[in-house]
Amino acid sequence: MATEKSVKETYYESIIKQGYSRRDFMKFATYIAAYMGLETSMIGQVAKSLENTYRIPVIWEHYQECTCCSESFIRSDHPIVSDIILDKISLDYTLTLMAASGHQAEAAKHATMEKYKGEYILCVEGSVPLGDDGNYCCIAGRSAKDLLIEAAEGAKAIIAWGSCASNGCVQAAYPNPTEATPIHKIIKNKPIIRVPGCPPIGEVMAGIIVHMITFGRLPELDGLGRPKAFYSKRVHDSCYRRPYYDAGLFAESFDDQNAKDGYCLYKVGCRGPMTYNSCGTIKWNNGVSYPIQSGHGCIGCSEEDFWDNGPFYERLTGLAGFGIESTADTIGKVAAGVVAGGLAVHAVAANISKRKELNSRTTRGKQNEKKLDS
Amino acid sequence: MKARSFKRVYVWELPVRFFHWINALSITVLAVTGFIIANPPAIMSNAEASDVYWFGTVRFIHFATAYVFFFNMILRVYWSFVGNRFSSWRAFWPFSKKMWHNFLHVIKVDVFLANEKRPDIKDISIGHNSVAAFSYVVLFLLALVQVFTGFGLYSATSSWWLPKLFSWVVPFMGGDFIVRTIHHATTWLFILFTLIHVYLVFYHDWLEGRGEVSSMFGGYKFVCEERLKKIEEEELEAPVDEEELEIID
Repeated sequence: MATEKSVKETYYESIIKQGYSRRDFMKFATYIAAYMGLETSMIGQVAKSLENTYRIPVIWEHYQECTCCSESFIRSDHPIVSDIILDKISLDYTLTLMAASGHQAEAAKHATMEKYKGEYILCVEGSVPLGDDGNYCCIAGRSAKDLLIEAAEGAKAIIAWGSCASNGCVQAAYPNPTEATPIHKIIKNKPIIRVPGCPPIGEVMAGIIVHMITFGRLPELDGLGRPKAFYSKRVHDSCYRRPYYDAGLFAESFDDQNAKDGYCLYKVGCRGPMTYNSCGTIKWNNGVSYPIQSGHGCIGCSEEDFWDNGPFYERLTGLAGFGIESTADTIGKVAAGVVAGGLAVHAVAANISKRKELNSRTTRGKQNEKKLDS
Repeated sequence: MKARSFKRVYVWELPVRFFHWINALSITVLAVTGFIIANPPAIMSNAEASDVYWFGTVRFIHFATAYVFFFNMILRVYWSFVGNRFSSWRAFWPFSKKMWHNFLHVIKVDVFLANEKRPDIKDISIGHNSVAAFSYVVLFLLALVQVFTGFGLYSATSSWWLPKLFSWVVPFMGGDFIVRTIHHATTWLFILFTLIHVYLVFYHDWLEGRGEVSSMFGGYKFVCEERLKKIEEEELEAPVDEEELEIID
């Protein structure tokens, strides 16, 4: 916490201080290396980095959000994640978990921002409302937009936790009354890691932080700014029900025999084939299960505008601007019907309007037929 | 009405005809397999999933046909630089005065079915008329949309460089959701195009009797003799076409 930060210690020192053994520490290093997708020979490097690296100051801002990202993080598989990385050691400012409050908390934040200018990591949970001068989300009397711009100024890098900070999530769903805006649309001059998901997987969050500690730089990102290690595959690609998909065996409804047999949930709205996340491999709740394993289709929570992409339980292709019930297929069918009808009318009208031309042609065609030398 | 004789004119060269039918076939296959992938029919089986692969096969056909569609399209673009005047890119260029004159004529006479008092024989196009040419430009753009969105969606599961060229499409659009929606919706525009295209081919064949339908099989259309005179005078030495067809119209 802010009050403790005057003592400079490494991650390892603080882990030992918390009462964990060296064995616990090595277990953690092994476990997090595995989640980060590193090979076993890299475990030593992870451990060494945690032993030698002084804690990176972290400011964790909460704007328009539900704190599910923080909840996910502190419920990460290994206690060291929540005890050391998040709770006791690293965070200089986080509304949910810090002991300080009021002016003290704000003062601590500003102290960190000044002392560690250009060094601290800014974690943002939640989107920023731009409507009505940002009045929809204010902390300590200032708008979220103001606070974000101020905090981003001296940040080394920004991590956009969760779908709110990455995509806007539910509050940015149509018609987006508060103009909820994801971080990358406001801050343009800082490296931003987007970690979408509602919430993101705790191990993914820990993995990203440890990656930055271990290698001293951002993890490799994809075209959308998401860490490739966790977002390069679709849920579909690692889904254990994939063989049913390829075999064309689908649950038609949630209470039919096919659903009980564990068939693919594609036709009851599973968004796995369009959603990039590691739910199929890392899973949730300490690797116990994930939505599809529990019999529920993926709702695509880590994808852009997932609230606006039609009902979660139907395979629809919703088209924005045509009303909630309209799908591409209904519009297409209506359009095809209208065109076909129009063509039929045109065909009749053509025969009427051009009847003289057609009649004379038919007559002469018949005359020519009689002249044939057979 | 005066007697009019027609001559056989080679309009659509063999590569153009091949392109047309390969294109038509691949669009049909892509649309059918595409709709199956979008909403697979409930074909259930008692067999274990390990013994069944029909949905995977449907997807394979879709992807394989996409390559056929794409390469066929590239060959057609090539042919528009080496082919005859009817297949040249110039026939599709919409920004000339002549083009717009013909465009308005076709809209008036063929879409709104007006009858002209003195029809000008030159208003009847030998290759594409301007409206048709414009519709093929639109179709080409739609095909590009399908190529970009389709290969964009496909690139994540491919290791070949060609689909990888399109891997920027999904991040550019914001995610698989919107790319898939565009890919799906554009299919309907292909269907609308096909309806109108086939109808108008029948319409012209029925009304003008110049072999509009059969021209895409044999390559020939029938053109009034008077439009050929100039060329014939120039090439008097040329051997007379034995198969020349003369019908009093």
